[in-house]
Amino acid sequence: MVDATHRAGGVIPPAEVPELELYHPKSWWTTYVFSQDAKVIAIQYAGTAMAIGLVALMLSWLIRLQLGFPGTFDFITPDAYYQFVTMHGMIMVIYLLTALFLGGFGNYLIPLMVGARDMVFPYANMLSYWIYLLAVLVLVASFFVPGGPTGAGWTLYPPQALLNGTPGGQELGIILMLVSLILFIIGFTMGGLNYVVTVLQGRTRGMTLMRMPLTVWGIFTATVMALLAFPALFVACVMMLFDRVLGTSFFMPALVEMGELTSHGGGSPILFQHLFWFFGHPEVYIVALPAFGIVSDLISTHARKNIFGYRMMVWAIVIIGALSFVVWAHHMYVSGMHPLFGFFFATTTLIIAVPTAIKVYNWILTLWRGDIHLTLPMLFALAFIVTFLNGGLTGLFLGNVVVDVPLSDTMFVVAHFHMVMGVAPILVIFGAIYHWYPKITGRMLNQQLGLFHFWVTFVGAYAIFFPMHYLGLVGAPRRYPELGGTAFIPESVADLNAFISITAFVVGFAQLVFLFNLIWSLRYGKEAGPNPWRATTLEWQTPTTPPPHGNWGDERPVVYRWAYDYSVPGAPQDFIPQNDPWPDKPLTRPA
Amino acid sequence: MGETTLNGFGAKAARKSGLRGVVEDWSSDQRAFKSASWGKAMMWIFLLSDTFVFGCFLLAYMTARMSTTEPWPDANEVFALHIGGANIPLILIAIMTFVLISSSGTMAMAVNYAYRRNRNVTVALLLVTAALGATFVGMQAFEWTKLITEGVRPWGNPWGAAQFGSSFFMITGFHGTHVTFGVIFLLIVARKVWRGDYDRGTPGFFTSRRGDYEHVEIMGLYWHFVDLVWVFIFAFFYLW
Repeated sequence: MVDATHRAGGVIPPAEVPELELYHPKSWWTTYVFSQDAKVIAIQYAGTAMAIGLVALMLSWLIRLQLGFPGTFDFITPDAYYQFVTMHGMIMVIYLLTALFLGGFGNYLIPLMVGARDMVFPYANMLSYWIYLLAVLVLVASFFVPGGPTGAGWTLYPPQALLNGTPGGQELGIILMLVSLILFIIGFTMGGLNYVVTVLQGRTRGMTLMRMPLTVWGIFTATVMALLAFPALFVACVMMLFDRVLGTSFFMPALVEMGELTSHGGGSPILFQHLFWFFGHPEVYIVALPAFGIVSDLISTHARKNIFGYRMMVWAIVIIGALSFVVWAHHMYVSGMHPLFGFFFATTTLIIAVPTAIKVYNWILTLWRGDIHLTLPMLFALAFIVTFLNGGLTGLFLGNVVVDVPLSDTMFVVAHFHMVMGVAPILVIFGAIYHWYPKITGRMLNQQLGLFHFWVTFVGAYAIFFPMHYLGLVGAPRRYPELGGTAFIPESVADLNAFISITAFVVGFAQLVFLFNLIWSLRYGKEAGPNPWRATTLEWQTPTTPPPHGNWGDERPVVYRWAYDYSVPGAPQDFIPQNDPWPDKPLTRPA
Repeated sequence: MGETTLNGFGAKAARKSGLRGVVEDWSSDQRAFKSASWGKAMMWIFLLSDTFVFGCFLLAYMTARMSTTEPWPDANEVFALHIGGANIPLILIAIMTFVLISSSGTMAMAVNYAYRRNRNVTVALLLVTAALGATFVGMQAFEWTKLITEGVRPWGNPWGAAQFGSSFFMITGFHGTHVTFGVIFLLIVARKVWRGDYDRGTPGFFTSRRGDYEHVEIMGLYWHFVDLVWVFIFAFFYLW
C-alpha cells in the first residue's frame, strides 16, 4: 500500500491472507479453562498476575512492618526479611508487571486493535499461559519448602545467593526460584512469538504499522525486546542452577565459608551481573514501553485530541527499545568495573533521556488545549506522567557514575525505581483497567470507588516514596532490616520510616477496594454500551460487547485512518473510528 | 489451510526491489514480510531469540575461559582418539561435524522434493536426515562417555580449569538437546508426509490446524540453524 499517511482514503488493497480458521471449542472446559481465545487467555493471565501480585503486596507490608517498627515483630527475623524483599521484588517485576502487560493487555488488545480474529497461533498461546501458571506455582511452592524461599535479593547475585548464610541458598529456595524463572521464560517465549507475528503478519486490511495505536506499538516493541533479553536471564539461571546442583563454578569464586573452603573455585560473579543486567535493564523498558503506549492512547482519547507527534512517539519507542540494550552496566557502577566502561554506559544512559523526554513533551502537548475529561483513566494517566517524570529525573542522578557511587546503596535507589518502574507502570495498569473494563465485561467500574482508589493510591504512593529520597540522601542504607544506632543517621529517620509504613498499609488496603470494585461492577456496574469513551480504535467498534470468540462478526474491519482522529474539524462527531471511511461516505454508525 | 501458505491466494501486486521494496513492504498493511507465512515468520523470530541464548552461552564460556587462573586443557589432546597406535586430534569431532553438515544437505533436498509433492523421496530424505541427526547425538554420547571415563566432571577434570568440563557439558548438552528435539520433529513431519496429511490438509492433533508442505521447510529452518550453531561451537570450543 502506497498511502501510509494518517489521512483517510487512499486505496485499500485486497486481502492478502484468507480468514483464520478458528478452533471451535466443544465443551465448557475448552471454552473457559483450556481456551485458545486470546481474550480468555488474557483474563487468565491478568487474574493470575493480580493474585500473585497480592502476595507481593502483603510481602511489602511485612517489609514495612519491620522497617517502620524494628524489633517489634519477633517473627520477622533478618532471614525472613530478606526472603520478603526478594520475593516482593521478583514477583512484582516478573510475575506481575511483565505478565500483566504482555500476557494480559497484549493478549487482549493486540488482536482487537489490529483487527485480527485471534493471535496467529492460539494453541501455543494457550500453552504460554499454562506454563506461566506452572512457573507461578513453583514460585509459590518455595514458600512451603524447608528453609523457605530464597533471600538473595531479587537480583540473585552469586556467590551469596548460593551460600549457607543466605536463606534458601543451600536449601530448595534458590533452586525453585531458578526453575520458576526458566519456566516463565519458556512460557513467555511461546506467547511472545505470537504477539510479534500477529502484529507483523496478522493485521487487517488498511492497518499499516504507522496506523497502529501506540498501545500496540508499545507492547510489540517490548515483546521483541523481551525475546532478545530473556535469553540472557535464561542462560544465567541455567548456569547458576548448575553451580548449585551440579557443583560447577561458573559464578562461584574460591571462597571461605564458615571457616571452610567451599568446593567452588575460579568462577566469575561479575559474569552473572553482566548476564543478569543484560536482561535486567531491557526489562525496565519491557515494563515501561507498554505503559508508554497505553498512556498515549488514554490521554488522546480522554482529551479528545490527536496524539501530538505520532511518528515521533513511534520512533521514540523503537529507539528507547534499541538503546536499552546498551546501558545495562549502569547497574554495576559499584561492581569495580573499569572507569572507562562507566563513562560509556553513563553516556548511553543519559542519551535515553532524549527519546523519553520527547514522549513526555508530546503527552503534555497532547493535553495542551485539549478537551480534557477527568475520567478515571485520565486521572491515572496524568498521575503517570508526573510520577514517571519524577522517577526519570532521579534516574539522571543515578545514571552518572560519580553521583551514583555514594547513592547506590541507599534508599534513594529504592525511591527511584519504585517511582519509575513500580508506581508509574502500576498507575497505567489501573488506568488501563478502568478504560478497558467496559469492553471486557460490558459494564463500567464504579466511579466513586474508583475516585477513592485513585486519590488514596496516587497521594499515598507519593507519601511512601517521596520521603525515601530524603532517607537516601541522609545515608539510610537499603537492604538493612534495621538501622540500629548508626551515628550519622538522625533520629528523624525512624519517625519517617514509621510514617511511610503506616501510609503503605493504607495504600495497600485501597487496592482491596479496587479488587472489590472489579467484582462488584461485574454484576452491578452501569451498562457501558459498545463504546462508552467514544474512542476511535478498533476494539471499540466490535459488533458485540464483550467481543465473542473471533472478535468480529462475518467480516473483519477495514481500516481507513490512523487511531487518533479526535475533534476533526467538519466531522459529524468528535471522533472518527479507524474503520470509518468518512468523508468518502457519510457516517452510518450511531454515536 | 490458507493462512500458512501464500500459494494461489489473492492477486500478487508487482513489488519494488531493493531498499525501496523493503520500505514499501514495511509501510504496507496486513503483512510486513510479504512472502513469509505465519509459521515461517514465527520460526525466524524464534531462531533469532535462540541465537541470543546460544550467544550468551558462548560468551559466558569465553569469559570463564579468559578469567580463570588455571590453565585450560588442550583441545588437541583432550578430544583426540587413539586409533591404530596413534593419537589423532579432533577426529571424532571432524566426523560429527561432517555428519551434521551432511544432514543439512539431505534436509535441503527434502524441502525441494516436498514442494514437488514427491512424498516417497521426501520421506526418505527426512528419515536420512533424522538418522544422521541421531548418529550425531550418538557420537556425542560416545564423546561424553569417553571424557567421563577419563575423569572429566562438571565440577572438575584432571587437566586444568574446572570450567572446562562445566562449559563443555553445558554447551554441547544444550546443543545436543536441540538436535534431539529436531530428530523427534523430523520423525513427526516424516510421518505426516508419509500419511499424506499435507496433501489432504489433515488438522494437527494438538493445534487442530491444517498443515501443508511448508512445514517441511519450517522444519528445515530449525535444522539448518542447529547446524549453524554447531559450527560456532566447533570453532570456539574445539579449535580455540
